[in-house]
Formats: sequence, structure tokens, C-alpha cells
Amino acid sequence: MTVTDLGNRVAERAATRPRHFWTIPRRDALVGYLMISPQLAGSALFVLLPLGLVVYYSLQEWNVLAGTFEFVGGDNYAKLLADPNMGQVLTSTAFFSVGLVVLNLTLALTLAILLDQRLRGTTFFRTLFFSPVLVSLVAWTIVWQFLLQQDGGVNGLLGVAGVDGPNWLRGETTALLSVVVVQVVKNVGLNMVLFLAALQGVPRQLYEAAQLDGAGAWTRFLRITVPLISPTILLTSIITVVGSLQVFAQIAVLTQGGPGMSTTVLVYYLYQQAFQFRHLGYGATLSVLLFLIVAALTLLQWRLRRRWVFHES
Amino acid sequence: MSRRVKLALYALLCVLCVPFVFPTWWMVTSSVKPISDIFAFPPSLVPSRFDFSTYGRVFELQPFGQQYLNSLYIAAVVTVGTMAVAAMAGYAFARIRFPGQNVLFLVVLVGLLIPSEVTIVPLFQMFHTAGTTDTHWPLILVPILGAPGVLATFIMRQFFITLPGELEEAARVDGLGRFGTFCRVALPLARPALGAVAIFTFLHSWNLYLEPIVFLSTPSKFTLPQALTQFVDAYGSPLWNVQLSAATMTALPILVVFVLAQRQFIEGLAHTGLKG
Repeated sequence: MTVTDLGNRVAERAATRPRHFWTIPRRDALVGYLMISPQLAGSALFVLLPLGLVVYYSLQEWNVLAGTFEFVGGDNYAKLLADPNMGQVLTSTAFFSVGLVVLNLTLALTLAILLDQRLRGTTFFRTLFFSPVLVSLVAWTIVWQFLLQQDGGVNGLLGVAGVDGPNWLRGETTALLSVVVVQVVKNVGLNMVLFLAALQGVPRQLYEAAQLDGAGAWTRFLRITVPLISPTILLTSIITVVGSLQVFAQIAVLTQGGPGMSTTVLVYYLYQQAFQFRHLGYGATLSVLLFLIVAALTLLQWRLRRRWVFHES
Repeated sequence: MSRRVKLALYALLCVLCVPFVFPTWWMVTSSVKPISDIFAFPPSLVPSRFDFSTYGRVFELQPFGQQYLNSLYIAAVVTVGTMAVAAMAGYAFARIRFPGQNVLFLVVLVGLLIPSEVTIVPLFQMFHTAGTTDTHWPLILVPILGAPGVLATFIMRQFFITLPGELEEAARVDGLGRFGTFCRVALPLARPALGAVAIFTFLHSWNLYLEPIVFLSTPSKFTLPQALTQFVDAYGSPLWNVQLSAATMTALPILVVFVLAQRQFIEGLAHTGLKG
């Protein structure tokens, strides 16, 4: 066999075999795998692996200084059940989440309806209501911390109206309420924009027809608006519930969980246990609890969607 | 609508926007007030005279310039990285067929269910083992590839699903491969979705607080949110005027940029949110 023959045969193979193997669907599949590979590797390394590890760590006590692990079985879970703080923490968390979701969605929908009216300057107001979303979170919180002091701006304004305001961040109820309000004002603009988009998708003729049939404003709202924007209500409520369970910076800056434990929500408690008191095993156990709560709530809302979401695109 | 109703609506809107506007206004104006003005009663809406000295103090008390740079470059890298990773994965999941696609998509979607707080303990341990605590690696890698990036992938996938298939067929007939079609045809069309992802991602990185305070311990490596809380006197009480100047410098540039581009911005968000 001469060199040229060999060369010819190699060229022949290169021309035929790969073409047989690398059909268009196969080539597509390869490109597909390559394109998802960074995301897939990231999910494996930074989502699934830590999720497995968090369960594993919850069965260990981890000594940070010595760098040792000790298997303690269900001890951390027993500790969780017996933890005298848990009642308070879960109550604060529930109160906080419910308050936040109710206030946020009501205000977002109210603002969206107001801005959906045929008025001049709604774009301007929309920008104003939306602007806190863009202010850096800790900067926003620091300003409110100042405003909510005993001699701060809020009480100053109340004083002008002749009302003597409390020391907002030092009272148990007012502290929790303050964190909720600060958070709602910060982020309600996001939900407002989603509601506005949904409202603009409701056909005007429906309102006109209902009005001809003698339906009042309230009936039109309940029978037309709410059912037609229900997918958006579902979406925003899921985002807001899960978001409410993640609120950390506001509490760390505004109240450090106090006074007492009144604003120590689950995430803040987790941070304290794991990174301030260095009980990483117990911190992992609290993480498992947080995950279960988030998963249960998301699943519940998803199930409920069939009951109350009027249509789905 | 009658004139009266209109007037009432305007009045209502004006009252409602006070808590939305006042804190920002107050932050910016107070940062240039002399300290006596900050505590004035009743609170003053405009500075009696301008005092810019606290802006200098911000840089004396902390390596604020470095911290600003840290936040900026981390947010920029995370934004660009997320856009690239999410656009590719979103496109592949939406438009390419390959075996195991649905299962793999579900695997990725788990990230949507998991708040980053749940995995902070093991992530800390992982980066600790790798010797990368007190570096910026966790603040860059986790947002791009981990749970926050999954939302971006989901948004991109929802967008690519809506693209008409004929466009791609035309590109193929013209001899473009899959990746070529993605780069030359799909990606340029995806600008609104990419814009929304960019904004979401930038803000998320810019606001990150738990992760920096867990991972970083050297002040020169701090990011802005973490740095803002460090302007305290020897007794741990906040230096209000300095803090407010630093807060203004953190908040104002972003606010100005987005107010200028607010139309595209809000519409982009609304568009994407509805489809999510």
C-alpha cells in the first residue's frame, strides 16, 4: 500500500463514517448537552451537593476550631424539638410572612388599580412607587433605621401632627411591624408592575358589558378583574411568600432579631446559630427545616392553583 | 371621570408616595447636611447649608473606594456570566431536542425551590475546604452557576419557547449550525429577556448581604452592603452622617441609571414576570 493509498483511505473514512455517525439530530444533541453543561455542573455542585450535605451535616456536630466532625445522629433534631426558642422563632416567622404577604399584595394591587386609571402622570407615579426597588437594600434599611429612632424622622412627622410616636424598633410588636413595613415599601413596586401588566391585559369590553348589566364597581372587580388576573396573583404570592422567608439583611441591620427574640425569624436564627455561635450542625438542621417549609408552601400553592386560578396561559 | 374624582385620586397618590420617596430624598439631602441639621426637629426637608465633608470621611474610615470597586466588578462579572450561562442553557432546553432533556430540566429547576440560605452552611464548608473563604470566588461562582442563575435560565427558556421556528429553519437552510443559529439568530432577538435578566442579576449581586458577611473577613475585600454597616464610632453607635453619605453613594448611581432607562426596564420586568 502506497502512502497515497493510505491517504486516500483516511480521507474516505473521514468523509463517510463521521457523516453516518454524526447525523443532524446527534450533532444537535451534542450541542444541546454542551450548552446546558455549565448550568448543569453548577446545579450539581452548588445546589444538589450542598442540599445533600446540609442533611448530612444536620446529623453531625462540627467543631470549627478543631475542624472535626462527630456523628451525633438525630441529636440536632431532638435539640430542635426541645429548643425553647423555636416557638417564638416560628411564631415570628409566620407573623412576619403573613403580614408581609397580605400587606404587599393588597398594596401592590391597590397601587396597580390606581395607576391603571385614565389619568395623566401615571408613569411618573409608577416610577416613584418603583424607585425603592432600585435603592440598595442595606442603604434603604439604614435610612429607615434612622427614621424609626425615638427622635427620628417618622416620630418627627408624627410630632408635627401632634402624635407622640413610640420607639419603633425597641417595642416587640412595633419592631416586627416596622420590619414588615420597611420591606413592603422597598419591594411592593415589583408586584405592582406585574399587576399593572396583568390589568392591562383585561379586555375593556368586559367592564363595559358588565356596567350595562348594572354591575357596580366592586362586583366588576370581584367577578372580572380578580378571576382574570388570578395567574398573576398566584405568581406574585409564591414569589412573595418565599421571599418573605428569606428576609435577612433588613433584620440584621434594623433590629438584630430584637427586642428579645421578637424579630428573630428562622433565617436570622439559622445565621446566629451557625455563624455567630458556630453551631454549624444545628444550623444545618435549621436549614433543613427552612427547606421543608419553603417546599411545602410552594407545593401547597401550586396545588391550590387549580382551585382558584381562573385560566392559565 | 369627573374633575372631583380625578383630584381625589391625585391627592391619594401623592399621600401614598410619601413613604416611597421620602427615605431616598432624606438620605440624599441629609448626606450634605451639617450633623445638627440631621437631628433637627421638625425634620428639615432641605439642607440649611451644604457640608460635603462627610463624603471625605467615608474614604478615611474605610477602604471605601476599593469596596466600591469590589461590588462593581463582582456585579459586572456575575451579570455577564449569568447572561451567558442562562442564555445557552435556556436556549438548549427550549429549542434543541436531546435525550433526558426533561429530567435534566427538572434537576436544574430544583434550584428555584431552594433559598440560598438553606445551603449557606454546606457552601461555607465547601469553600472553606477549597481554601477560598475570604476571597470573592463564592460571591461570583454561586450566583452564576447556583440557585440564582436557575431563575435566569428559566426566564430565558420561557422566552426562547416563544420564538417562531421558521426563523431557525431559514438559518439552517442558509447553512448555519445549531450554535451558529443560537448566536446569530436567537440571541439578538432575545434582547428584552436578556435585559431583564441583566437587571435582576445586577441588583441581586449588588444587594447580596448574607453571603459577604459569611464569607469575607478582610475590610478591603468587603462589598458595599457589608461596608455600609461598618461606619460606627468606638462604642459601636452608627456615625449617621457618614453612613448616609456612603449609603447615598451606593444607592444614587443605580437609581439615576434606572430612572433614565425606566421605560425599557419596567416593561422588561413585567413582560418576563408574566411569562414566568
